Amino acid sequence: MVNTATTEQRHTVEVNLGPQHPSTHGVLRLLVELDGEIIVSCRPVIGYLHRGLEKMFEKRSYKQTIPFTDRMDYCASLNGNLAICQAIERLGGLQAPERAQYIRVLLCELNRIASHLVFLATYATDIGATTVFLYAFREREKCLDLMECMTGARLTYNYVRPGGIPQDLPDGFENGLNCFLDDLLKALEENDRLLTGNRIFRGRLEGVGVVSPEMAAAYGASGPVARGSGLNYDVRKTAPYEVYDRLEFDVPVYHTGDCMARYLVRIEEMRQSARIIRQCLKDMPAGEIMCKMPKIFKPPIGQAFSRTESPRGELSFYMVSDGTPNPARVHGRTPSFVHLGMLPAMLPGVKIADVIAILGSLDTVLGEVDR
Amino acid sequence: MTSGILRSRRPIRAAEVGLGISITVAIIAIASAIPHLPWQLLKPLTSFVARYPLLNALANAAMVANFVALQCLGFIWLERKFAGWMQARVGPMHVGWKGLLQTVADAVKLLLKEDIVPTDADKPLFALAPYLVFVPSLLTFMVLPFTSAWVGYDLPLGALFVLSISTTSILGVFAAGWGSNNKYSLLGGVRAIAQLLSYDVPLILVMLSVVMLSGTMSLTGIVTQQEKLWNIAAHPLLMIPAFLIFLICTLAEVNRAPFDLPEAESELVSGFHTEYSGMRFAFFFLAEFANNFFSAGLAVTLFFGGWLGAGLPAAVWFTLKTLCVIFLMMWIRWTLPRLRIDQMMSFCWKVLVPASMALICAAAIAGVSH
Repeated sequence: MVNTATTEQRHTVEVNLGPQHPSTHGVLRLLVELDGEIIVSCRPVIGYLHRGLEKMFEKRSYKQTIPFTDRMDYCASLNGNLAICQAIERLGGLQAPERAQYIRVLLCELNRIASHLVFLATYATDIGATTVFLYAFREREKCLDLMECMTGARLTYNYVRPGGIPQDLPDGFENGLNCFLDDLLKALEENDRLLTGNRIFRGRLEGVGVVSPEMAAAYGASGPVARGSGLNYDVRKTAPYEVYDRLEFDVPVYHTGDCMARYLVRIEEMRQSARIIRQCLKDMPAGEIMCKMPKIFKPPIGQAFSRTESPRGELSFYMVSDGTPNPARVHGRTPSFVHLGMLPAMLPGVKIADVIAILGSLDTVLGEVDR
Repeated sequence: MTSGILRSRRPIRAAEVGLGISITVAIIAIASAIPHLPWQLLKPLTSFVARYPLLNALANAAMVANFVALQCLGFIWLERKFAGWMQARVGPMHVGWKGLLQTVADAVKLLLKEDIVPTDADKPLFALAPYLVFVPSLLTFMVLPFTSAWVGYDLPLGALFVLSISTTSILGVFAAGWGSNNKYSLLGGVRAIAQLLSYDVPLILVMLSVVMLSGTMSLTGIVTQQEKLWNIAAHPLLMIPAFLIFLICTLAEVNRAPFDLPEAESELVSGFHTEYSGMRFAFFFLAEFANNFFSAGLAVTLFFGGWLGAGLPAAVWFTLKTLCVIFLMMWIRWTLPRLRIDQMMSFCWKVLVPASMALICAAAIAGVSH
């Protein structure tokens, strides 16, 4: 496919998919070269959502950095909160109480479900099954209701704090959560009957956008993209944080590496998250939810690195302290950015409809890509 | 604790069932009343019109056009309601009773919109395209027999007329895709041509098999020939597969899911009519729904005995049967994902065309043995 001839010599058409395209899920621009319906080359153009977050981190105190992480991966902002709080805790040598850790895990898994439901909804719409969108969002609505009565917000939670969490679970939360999980499992079963087994759906996804395990490893893929390619890699298992080492759950791994595998990984992950949440509710000890924190938090000079498993993959923060109340440097390693980099290698040779299927299966969030 | 969390899924309310029944009753009532209206009062007018062939033709055309526009209003509302119910929501509710006038409001909005022609668009083509699409779908209604008397023009070669006229709308689709000066529109137009042309082949073959069994090409003739038994019951082994192929082909012909590739929203923004706004867009929309109604009506004519039925007036039977087929099409649309272009083409040429060829052979054998 590599050809140095110009567009005119090859009789191809250049099409801009985005930044205002209904299926790029945010302001992503794909510069696609088409030969009829077939992609010759693709160049993702990013930066439309760049806000200079990493610089803004440096001008705020440690606690004030948390709301910014809400605006990175806005589909799963609690996972972002947790990632940066872990980095801060490691800098300052803090340890969240056990109850807080359980609640954090519980909320992060709830957020993972919400995020994967968004994936399911938008992905089905991308493939053309519009009704699934509303079924998935109906479940997500219940999930967001729960998050709202816990954190007071529906999307940008700003909830996790260095050293714990600000508030304990509200009354009746457990009951509502159990109801939601029952509904969710039912809805997932319903979805399997409606969508997963559908021949058209399978025909659109199977064998499309295949990522080999070698390629996934070479590009640094993580999360469902890596696990769909047969790499058994989940930070919650390989480098457990919080209380994940005490919880029982499976990491779904599929070996085909196509869009269907990535879809199936996410669907199965929702079931596993439900399992984790039930265990958290059962095992959660009573006690403190916040450790002692100084009014003005000044961690000693040093650096820290946190690794967490966000719904999209491995979300890490690197943080350097110079002993002042503000961090000297913060860098986020965001999975969407890494996965987007795989597109130019995945797209040549596929049909234009597959671009949407492949892009959707990577489940990128542009807030996280651009920062 | 918000109550929303604990709410389980909403059961179908008695009110909704009531709504459905009342709509059906209303349709039946209106249609039954029509023959009993004091039509004789119009006698002077009709006899005056009948004296001048041109005037007569114009009056007929106006009636067909009005019918198409009015049925579209109802159809769009119905589609929105069905979609709503299937997607666990209520659909339009605010304009008029149960949102009945929502479509009217939308039509008014479209009329008031600015008429935008993109720079460097091929202006004559761009302006002409919506009408090139709309007029053929209007023309097909001319031969559709609502009852033995309610036919715009009972052509002896009705089936042939329908096929040839409906195919010409491809021209308009491509004119829109080409004239818009937009790459998405062009892609949509190219897809539309490939799709419509390929799916016309099995459609024609299936219609031919019905024609062969009936021995006539006139649509009213095909219906009256089913007096004893509907085609689908008279030759079930032949006609049930024929109906299925016909249904699939019409889904493709009217660009509905799973064959909505020419206007695939998630890929091509809006396909060949991406650049259209205002009334021109409305004409595309109108044509689509008119086509849809017509295809359902044609299916009823070919397979389900058209207006034939006991008890109720003929027009009511026809409308009810057509609504059933339309409901089937809506059900499919709101359930299935979209095919990819190569899958769609290979399905047509590798499955539908051979199957319909086999049907033709079977129909020939059945015709001989009769």
